[in-house]
Amino acid sequence: MNQFEEQAEIVRQEQLTPEIFRLSLKAPEIASQARPGQFVMVQTASCYDPLLRRPLSIHQTIGNELVQLLYKVVGKGTRMLAALTPGQRLKLTGPLGHGFDFSDQQALCLVGGGMGIAPLYFLAKEILRTANPPKCVVLLGARTAAEFGPLPRDFMDIGVTQTHLATDDGSLGHQGFVAELLLQHLAPGNQWSVCTCGPHPMMKAVVKACRQQEWQCQVSLETMMACGISACLGCAIPRADLSGPYLHVCKDGPVFNANEVAWL
Amino acid sequence: MNQPDLRVTIGDLVFKNPVLTASGTFGYAKEFAPFVNLHHLGGVVVKGISLAPRRGNPPPRIVETAGGMLNAIGLENVGLDRFISEKMDYLRGIGTRVIVNILGDSLEEYQTLAQRLSEVEGISGLEVNISCPNVKKGGVAFGTDPAMAEAVTRAVCAHTTLPVIVKLSPNVTDITQIARGVEAGGAQAVSLINTLLGMAIDVKSRRPKLANIVGGLSGPAIKPIALRMVWQVAQAVKIPVIGIGGITTTEDALEFLLAGATAIEVGTANFINPRASQEIVEGLGRYVTENKLSGISEVIGGLIVG
Ligand SMILES: Cc1cc2nc3c(=O)[nH]c(=O)nc-3n(C[C@H](O)[C@H](O)[C@H](O)COP(=O)(O)OP(=O)(O)OC[C@H]3O[C@@H](n4cnc5c(N)ncnc54)[C@H](O)[C@@H]3O)c2cc1C
Ligand SMILES: Cc1cc2nc3c(=O)[nH]c(=O)nc-3n(C[C@H](O)[C@H](O)[C@H](O)COP(=O)(O)O)c2cc1C
Ligand code: FES
Repeated sequence: MNQFEEQAEIVRQEQLTPEIFRLSLKAPEIASQARPGQFVMVQTASCYDPLLRRPLSIHQTIGNELVQLLYKVVGKGTRMLAALTPGQRLKLTGPLGHGFDFSDQQALCLVGGGMGIAPLYFLAKEILRTANPPKCVVLLGARTAAEFGPLPRDFMDIGVTQTHLATDDGSLGHQGFVAELLLQHLAPGNQWSVCTCGPHPMMKAVVKACRQQEWQCQVSLETMMACGISACLGCAIPRADLSGPYLHVCKDGPVFNANEVAWL
Repeated sequence: MNQPDLRVTIGDLVFKNPVLTASGTFGYAKEFAPFVNLHHLGGVVVKGISLAPRRGNPPPRIVETAGGMLNAIGLENVGLDRFISEKMDYLRGIGTRVIVNILGDSLEEYQTLAQRLSEVEGISGLEVNISCPNVKKGGVAFGTDPAMAEAVTRAVCAHTTLPVIVKLSPNVTDITQIARGVEAGGAQAVSLINTLLGMAIDVKSRRPKLANIVGGLSGPAIKPIALRMVWQVAQAVKIPVIGIGGITTTEDALEFLLAGATAIEVGTANFINPRASQEIVEGLGRYVTENKLSGISEVIGGLIVG
């Protein structure tokens, strides 16, 4: 288990939409070890409020040097993060948790909603980098077209030929939920392996569709986290059968086989 | 240049420095091995162990508050047997003292834990948790009544050859009374404070933010209260006091030592900065050198009043 605590220099801070930012940090130790689906704990301020580091998925690594994060401003921690500028430094710990398993898969479908798109970009990049890239379909959902920012384009730019979009208001792509795209775009007979990250109700719908088609499904889950390294036991979630010891998202996840966890 | 002398003594135990890690905030030490040279620490207090494994409370279990956090983990742990078979091998090799934090629902459970752990190699002492606010039975009941606190201490001491530290709850009217009870019961030391009972509400849903409704407050927010209690208890008992509560920097640690603590435990700070405990050890070393002290023990109880 290679994990590091790095004092990372901010190389670039880009505002993609009014709420979404992309932060590039020089963190070579983390960058050279990270796998898609893993996350980092990020210091957002050097004061005691906010106190705890914030968990953020690794959006991509660039050349064993840079770690890029894609985040939405939702509260005080992410707001303070958005105010940081190049040259400033912040501490981060990572890479943490288990990522997606995409080895030996014939046909993969990545389903992302909202900020859940963040780790899927890294995953798509790594899938396309494999020697014999499997078929890879990307389905993205957001409330409105504006919320996507440049992300759909980014997937196309790295060579994902099939990217389909859904918006709640129909301003781009299919009007409705991204889970509905699964049945529209994936051939039912095929053995698809689905990787999903996004709001809980969205993932629940994706898991349901996968069960009906008997497709494999990996989900990336979110919980409140204090430590990110399985010391506080704060990130507990129930197992599928609701009994036995809780699972811990930071250590057992954040990516789980959908059948391991309870869908309440 | 000479190495600064950071040694402190608690009962018969000499610690290489006064910096320990607080139970429940440092896992079973292995979790922090990528970030901390574990052998640089004075000691490690492991996550509380009960006789049978415990599942803990339902999520959500943690919330951040201004300068602190609330937790309602509910003492989730692997239980005594798995602790001994799965965790002790690693702990024996970390090169520092290992203190095992124990908790039970009855006097018998505390006794059995004490007895069984005394037979295990590699443990330097027991920290008896009579102060967790997150469990319904036992726990806090033992810690809020001086006679009960004395009885638990006596029962544990009678069943172990290991030094016994009793960890006190701040959720009482007069913590010095509990400390006196524990001293009378035969403890080698007291540690304080455990978390303060608190709560947080989501105003949108009008629901409590913790599934358990209430939880334990920890972190920098509680430091002034912890410091006051350590100072009070250090004057009330003759046995050594271990200070806990919001210690995040070297200066925080020094404040507790000046107030009369012989050692300190770093808790929530481990989450904010996984290297916090080691940085405090290094900071205390610099303090001793820069102030030309004979050793850190010169600082203990050095508060000047009046
Ligand atoms: C493994 C993991 C990976 C994540 N990856 C990303 C990512 O790549 N990009 C991204 O934008 N976000 C991600 N998140 C969510 C992110 O951690 C939270 O948005 C962030 O912690 C909010 O901090 P804040 O201080 O701005 O909000 P706060 O002021 O703490 O809270 C404001 C509101 O934000 C929401 N919130 C707070 N914490 C969380 C949380 N842990 N999960 C979900 N909602 C929360 C709550 O509704 C809360 O009321 C991830 C979470 C986890 C657990
Ligand atoms: C997540 C968490 C879990 C804890 N678990 C235990 C425990 O198992 N046993 C115990 O005696 N104290 C436990 N505590 C209390 C701490 O050891 C410490 O007394 C308290 O957090 C105050 O110190 P701090 O402010 O430095 O964190 C826990 C605290 C936290 C935050
Ligand atoms: S976040 Fe602390 S155990 Fe998972």
